[in-house]
Amino acid sequence: MSTWPLLSLLIWLPILGGFAVLAAGPRLSRPLALAISLLVLLVSVPLYLAYDAGATGAATMQFVESHVWIDAINASYALGADGISVALIVLTAFVTVLVIVGAWGSISHRPHQYLAAFLILEGFMIGVFCALDALLFYVFFEGMLIPMFLIIGLWGGPNRVYATLKFFLYTFLGSVLMLIGLVYLYLQAGTFDLATLAQTPLSLSAQSWLFFAFLIAFAVKVPMFPVHTWLPDAHVEAPTGGSVILAAIMLKIGGYGFLRFSLPITPDAGHEWAWLVIAMSLIAIVYISFVALVQKDMKKLIAYSSIAHMGFVTLGIFVAFALLRENGNENATYLGLSGAMVQMISHGFVSGAMFTCVGVLYDRMHSRMIVDYGGVANVMPWFAAFMVLFAMANTGLPGTSGFVGEFMVILATFQYNGWLAALAATTLILAAAYTLWLVKRVLYGEVANDNVAALTDINAREAFVLGSFAFAVLLFGVWPAPLTTLMDNSVAQIAQLLLHSKLP
Amino acid sequence: MIFAHADLNLILPELVLVTGTLALLLFDLFARQNGRWMTHILAILLLVLAAASVLAQGMGLTASGWSGVYERDVLSAVLKLAIYGVSALCLLYARPYLADRRLWSGEFYLLVLFSVTGMSILVSAGSLVTVYLGLELMALSTYALVALDRDNRKASEAAIKYFVLGALASGILLYGLSMLYGASGTLDLGEIALALGGSQPTEPLMAFGLAFIIVGIAFKLGAAPFHMWLPDVYEGSPTAVTTFIGSAPKLAAFGMAWRLLDTSLGGLSEQWGDMLALLALASLAVGNLAALVQTNLKRMLAYSTVSHVGFLLLGLLHGGANGYAAALFYAIVYALMSAGAFGMILWLAREGFEAEEIDDFKGLNQRSPWAAFIMLLLMASLAGIPPLVGFFGKLVVLQAVIESGRLWLAIAAVIFAVIGAYYYLRVIKVMYFDQSTDERLIPATDTGLRIGLSANGLAQLGLGLFAGPLLAWCVRAFL
Repeated sequence: MSTWPLLSLLIWLPILGGFAVLAAGPRLSRPLALAISLLVLLVSVPLYLAYDAGATGAATMQFVESHVWIDAINASYALGADGISVALIVLTAFVTVLVIVGAWGSISHRPHQYLAAFLILEGFMIGVFCALDALLFYVFFEGMLIPMFLIIGLWGGPNRVYATLKFFLYTFLGSVLMLIGLVYLYLQAGTFDLATLAQTPLSLSAQSWLFFAFLIAFAVKVPMFPVHTWLPDAHVEAPTGGSVILAAIMLKIGGYGFLRFSLPITPDAGHEWAWLVIAMSLIAIVYISFVALVQKDMKKLIAYSSIAHMGFVTLGIFVAFALLRENGNENATYLGLSGAMVQMISHGFVSGAMFTCVGVLYDRMHSRMIVDYGGVANVMPWFAAFMVLFAMANTGLPGTSGFVGEFMVILATFQYNGWLAALAATTLILAAAYTLWLVKRVLYGEVANDNVAALTDINAREAFVLGSFAFAVLLFGVWPAPLTTLMDNSVAQIAQLLLHSKLP
Repeated sequence: MIFAHADLNLILPELVLVTGTLALLLFDLFARQNGRWMTHILAILLLVLAAASVLAQGMGLTASGWSGVYERDVLSAVLKLAIYGVSALCLLYARPYLADRRLWSGEFYLLVLFSVTGMSILVSAGSLVTVYLGLELMALSTYALVALDRDNRKASEAAIKYFVLGALASGILLYGLSMLYGASGTLDLGEIALALGGSQPTEPLMAFGLAFIIVGIAFKLGAAPFHMWLPDVYEGSPTAVTTFIGSAPKLAAFGMAWRLLDTSLGGLSEQWGDMLALLALASLAVGNLAALVQTNLKRMLAYSTVSHVGFLLLGLLHGGANGYAAALFYAIVYALMSAGAFGMILWLAREGFEAEEIDDFKGLNQRSPWAAFIMLLLMASLAGIPPLVGFFGKLVVLQAVIESGRLWLAIAAVIFAVIGAYYYLRVIKVMYFDQSTDERLIPATDTGLRIGLSANGLAQLGLGLFAGPLLAWCVRAFL
């Protein structure tokens, strides 16, 4: 194993780099930001290569760094990555590069601040994915709010102030209750170390309170059905890069939080309340899909489809509880958890790509309304090819990455309850309906108006961004093995924690 | 009374302050207006020297002197260092503002230094007399400071208000102290605790004494419902003075509260714990809700002070070392944030432009990204967003509250913190998202102020990322 503190490097390189970009000023900022983001991606490669996917048990957590941080409250600067973290870190580094390339031509207002905000955000997000200390996790988790608040508020659409305040306060309210839960846990266990917290015995009522504290925080982030209303607003108003990061990475932090906190720390309460989360997930999948169907704004439509797709993540995670504790079906449990993970990664690519597509159109027409478009394929054939591909991935067409995760989750759910699986499977029809209808109205038909007729096809920079997304979507669609082998043992390790009752 | 050498060594910081201040008084008398620079620099140096003398005594020195009226312990050392440091920052920030308004006089420095001397005595008080002596020296100097701009009606009104209500509070506190003396028969704080060992809190004398003392402390800290003076005084005072009275005195008041409540009334912690819980809850509610609707930044920060005092009381009410350490940490962090936030107004204010309306900050990011960034750090820290140090203050306080078994209070506190986040965010919003309309919005170029404020803002980040050492000292203060 490498002796370099790779994870620290991955966290602090973009954060310090962000400040350097800020200092560099508008003109130098673009190449500098690109160089830093590429460097981060480069550093994440050895992380992937050096990760030993064959390790089992506690050894799945690798690259561990641990230093005393705040002695008085026994908090440590502890980092580590298992297969799940590695996958998400590489995704973060990859998407950030694309966002920075994407901003090259489309952001002209204070570009250095824009790029710096994204780099700092990247550091915080990577920090979230490898924190092994609950307090450190919380610091990174909350630290993301300020850069995102500025990104939406400074470079967003007309109603950006409302959207960004809503985003901030919603997330903040959700997470402060989790903070109380973490402090309570600390007082029980005397440490913020996640591995120790996972072993601390807790009564069912204490677990239930904690479970809901976590649920509120992460459900807002995912977002799950009743607390999702900030997302469409935030997405609609955010600049393209903000939407891409929000959908591709920040939503994943909610799902990741469930895996790292709810599952290991409150397994018994999780089992007790799994029905609630499963119900919320199914509502997200079915009801939100219908909501997506009637949207007039492209970004809103994709935002709602994100909520529906993230429903599969939470469904996969929580059906695992029911499967393992009630049926003892370990294989199906792994399938559900792995499916949730694959879905997270895949949705990162697909939603990022879809938002980039809308961004490409928006840069040209300054409208997100579906009615303003029509027949775009006639004037932008290359763009249309990409968008159709991503639309197919969004509907979960076999051969794209969107299919793999959903299929795994549906299979797992089927082994628990056929009816629930049937409900979940409606997404295959509903997602196809809203996505294809969007494609039909925007891309096909006669050229709708003069503005559309004047559109020019994507340039090399945009082609590079969309091409990179397309590569990933197809790669993991036809060959998801690298992803699943990377995460298999880590998922198994989490499932073991799940099985283990913590009642005193 | 025979003064031993050891006794003199014990009060070294106060000796340095008093002799230095008197010398400065003479110097300023003979210095011309263009010698005022020297006064400015010497006053700051004097505070640095006083801090150095605290360090020279040794941080860990624990002793009681002058027949027990003076206590030197880790708590007093930590508080003194913080008070001197924050006061020095305030002096640094105040100069350009005062010079612009022809208020740049030697009196400002002298009054601040006398007030600091008072605070210094207050946090080292070992007897009821010293408590009152220190408190009055601190308070009287600040009343005069508020009236520094004597031709300004608003400032004069604020000064009168501050004086009348402050005197009332001192009177109430004194009344409480006299009852305490009556009940225990001694002035020494430690001996009071021993004398009261067996007495019941239900005895009328004790119950009234405790209630009066709590009210006096709440008045001085500005806890709701005894906060009415605070917004008017903060808004009416010259901003340079607000910066000072909004920061360092809170540290001294914390020291006083701890000496009275824990050292002498520790046996009644259950009683005063519940009283403080009510005060804390009221302060959080009143402070945060009232701050939401303010358009004047000074007034908004005044109400936010009330809410932060609520958090400080939450730490105090735990009644154990952890809670006190949390409250001390919070007080120090708050004093720094508050000095910085008011300092930002000083940075932007110029002659004829007070920069004290929130809208005055419109588009600051376009005018001066650096100033906007510093304000962003300060506001985010006040709102308690990690990784800034304000978050860690809230964290340790919440920990103490949950440990004391008052979970509902912790939940109420965080919900009010979320409400509070809104008005801090509004300042960030105005700076970053709005277009600049006022041509006068240009930060002052005074080097000392710029460096001081930049350090103050970055300290929010630095102390947050490395919260360990400061917190460790706060814990040591109550070992």
